[in-house]
Amino acid sequence: MTLTNRSKKTDNSELSIVENTYFPGIFKGMGVTIKHFFSKKATIRYPEQKRYLGPVFRGHHILKRDEQGRERCTACGLCAVACPAEAISMVAAERVKGEEKLYREEKYAASYEVNMLRCIFCGLCEEACPKEAVYLRHDKFVPVFTSRDQVIYGKDQLVEDMSDRYLRDAWTKEDMAKLWIKQ
Amino acid sequence: MDTVLIVKAIIVVAIFAISMLMALYETYAERVIAAFIQDRVGPDRAGPFGLLQPLADGGKLFFKEDFIPTKADKWLFILGPAIAMSTALLSSAVIPFGDTIIVAGQKIDVQGMDVNIGILWIFGIVSLGVYGILIGGWASNNKYSLYGAIRAASQTISYELAMGISLLAIILMTGSLSVKSIVLGQHGIDWNIFYQPLGFLLFLTCSLAECNRTPFDLPESENELVAGYHTEYGSMKMGLYLFSEYVNMFISSAVLASLYLGGFNYPGMDFVYSKLVGSFGEVTGHNIATALGTITLFLKIFFFIFLFMWIRWTLPRFRYDQLMNLAWKWMMPVAIVNLIITAAAELSGKPLLYNWIGLAIFAAIYFGLFPIFKKKTVSAN
Amino acid sequence: MQYLELIKNLSFVQWTFYFLSILSLFGALGTILSKNPIHSVVYLILTFFTLSAIYLLLNAQFLAAVNIIVYAGAIMVLFLFVLMFLNLKKESNELSQNSMLISATIAGGLLGLILIVAIKKAETIRVNYNDFDPKTGMIETLGKVLYTNYMLPFELVSVLFLVAMSGAVLLAKREKGDSHF
Repeated sequence: MTLTNRSKKTDNSELSIVENTYFPGIFKGMGVTIKHFFSKKATIRYPEQKRYLGPVFRGHHILKRDEQGRERCTACGLCAVACPAEAISMVAAERVKGEEKLYREEKYAASYEVNMLRCIFCGLCEEACPKEAVYLRHDKFVPVFTSRDQVIYGKDQLVEDMSDRYLRDAWTKEDMAKLWIKQ
Repeated sequence: MDTVLIVKAIIVVAIFAISMLMALYETYAERVIAAFIQDRVGPDRAGPFGLLQPLADGGKLFFKEDFIPTKADKWLFILGPAIAMSTALLSSAVIPFGDTIIVAGQKIDVQGMDVNIGILWIFGIVSLGVYGILIGGWASNNKYSLYGAIRAASQTISYELAMGISLLAIILMTGSLSVKSIVLGQHGIDWNIFYQPLGFLLFLTCSLAECNRTPFDLPESENELVAGYHTEYGSMKMGLYLFSEYVNMFISSAVLASLYLGGFNYPGMDFVYSKLVGSFGEVTGHNIATALGTITLFLKIFFFIFLFMWIRWTLPRFRYDQLMNLAWKWMMPVAIVNLIITAAAELSGKPLLYNWIGLAIFAAIYFGLFPIFKKKTVSAN
Repeated sequence: MQYLELIKNLSFVQWTFYFLSILSLFGALGTILSKNPIHSVVYLILTFFTLSAIYLLLNAQFLAAVNIIVYAGAIMVLFLFVLMFLNLKKESNELSQNSMLISATIAGGLLGLILIVAIKKAETIRVNYNDFDPKTGMIETLGKVLYTNYMLPFELVSVLFLVAMSGAVLLAKREKGDSHF
């Protein structure tokens, strides 16, 4: 059975007198390496050059608000259940009178925390959410952290900013390039 | 007299500094060339194009813990890298890095010393280089180090023979052991490689083996012997071993360039010389011509260093029995044949023509007649 | 006082000579006094080096280079090579036996006596500095002498080497039915 059409038959016959001088093999090999020496390099120099990630990239978490600026999350806990890494935890609270402008549902998340050391960015929380509240952004990485107290992201870092709303656009390479340059 | 001494001292210090600098940037070149051959870009973070990388590596080695194993032989453990480094640096003394410069009306050689045993000096120092590996490997009190040391010793001794015999052909042609006169004998493009193509190949292979470079890096073959003779070494002692390998590479490139590629000679040098003397005057013109020669030599050295690295990142390591077979059963007889051909060609009075005729006859016999003979013996069996 | 004057008047070459002599004696003593054979070999290499340097002082460059290549470069490497295969942990107690000690002393004393007598008897040839050829030790002169005056011994030595080499090959050759490794 052949897996690829590039496989070559091994040849165990004795080397000919010319091959036995090693020179044909050496020159062939040197030719291959010098060809690679001048070929295009595969390396992307990361902080300066960025790869096109596509609109389906899963990055930084975000808790969406609706059009009137109310938090969509109702603290049902489905995302925490769906999370394979158990990175999400939340505390629910009841909405009291006068808070209708802040929260869409009668129940809301008083605290919502994502442990970024545990998160594997699989996007299952996104799929589990019945209220379309939690998303993984396609345009922002979770920044590098250097100590453990920077690891747990609370609501202050997760909830959407109404002046800079998140939209999943950038469907082409050019759009994406513009987006990365902006950052 | 005083100016001569001062200029000479400056030249010696410059040669020392250049060998160190070359070794420093050979480590960088090695990494970049390895990366390019493997479709990567290599170190590019430290400084522009990663040019400060060798300094960073050196700094790292200096600040690591200087460790001596408990059961190691302490003094010999220190002596090993010291010998390796000093022998590597010693042999650059007799290599002519240029013709002469005129300072205060006197001609001074651009060379550490011009002795009439120059090539023997290089040969002797190279044969001493193995002590660094041998003593260091034994003093580590580690069986892998010992294996590496023993391999280094047997390999160096074996390849010295073929090297010496292919060198004899050059000495036969020039009639002198002084490297300077060997280089001066290859004026213009009258280079020895055209007379000694086979000798050049033999010498190149042997210098790879003497430098312990792939495909002959059995003393440190890391998939069998951990790291070979420097398994127990760390810090700058290890750095000295690695560094001496690169200094050795620079020196053997310089020797190869001087013996076979004409050293500081380049085609059309007489024309350039007369033009320079015509436009800049006797003294300045002469000095500029010498500088051009030195640049030529360094271009040749760069070529050889590139070749060494190119070979390293192409060829796999020899097996030990293949290594010994190559040295004793192939290279030594071929070197002797080459010597006989050269001697006959020298006697004939037309060395260039008769060298090639001799080599052609040898090739015809080897490739033409040998298979027939072999077939007969096989069928007779 | 007299000796002090003598030391003061030494020339640069003499200083070098005495320094090298002391160093080579140190190496020689180290060779026989050190207990570890590997150390002995290292001391011996030092001795060869200083001897080569003394040859250089005598303007015998070829001899110096050959001394380094052959003795320091090849023979001592093989010495070290063999010593490394030996188990050095085991202390050899040959010298602790009394009979061994006595016979060694007698043999050494006799050799010393012979050397002293020989040196006393030997007539020292004064070199005439005026018509001495400084190129005597150079390779050109040496080659001429070897291939004219000493042609026959030189060729005989090469035959001797050939015999020794083929003998070694014969010894190392694998016999039929002999299994190595």
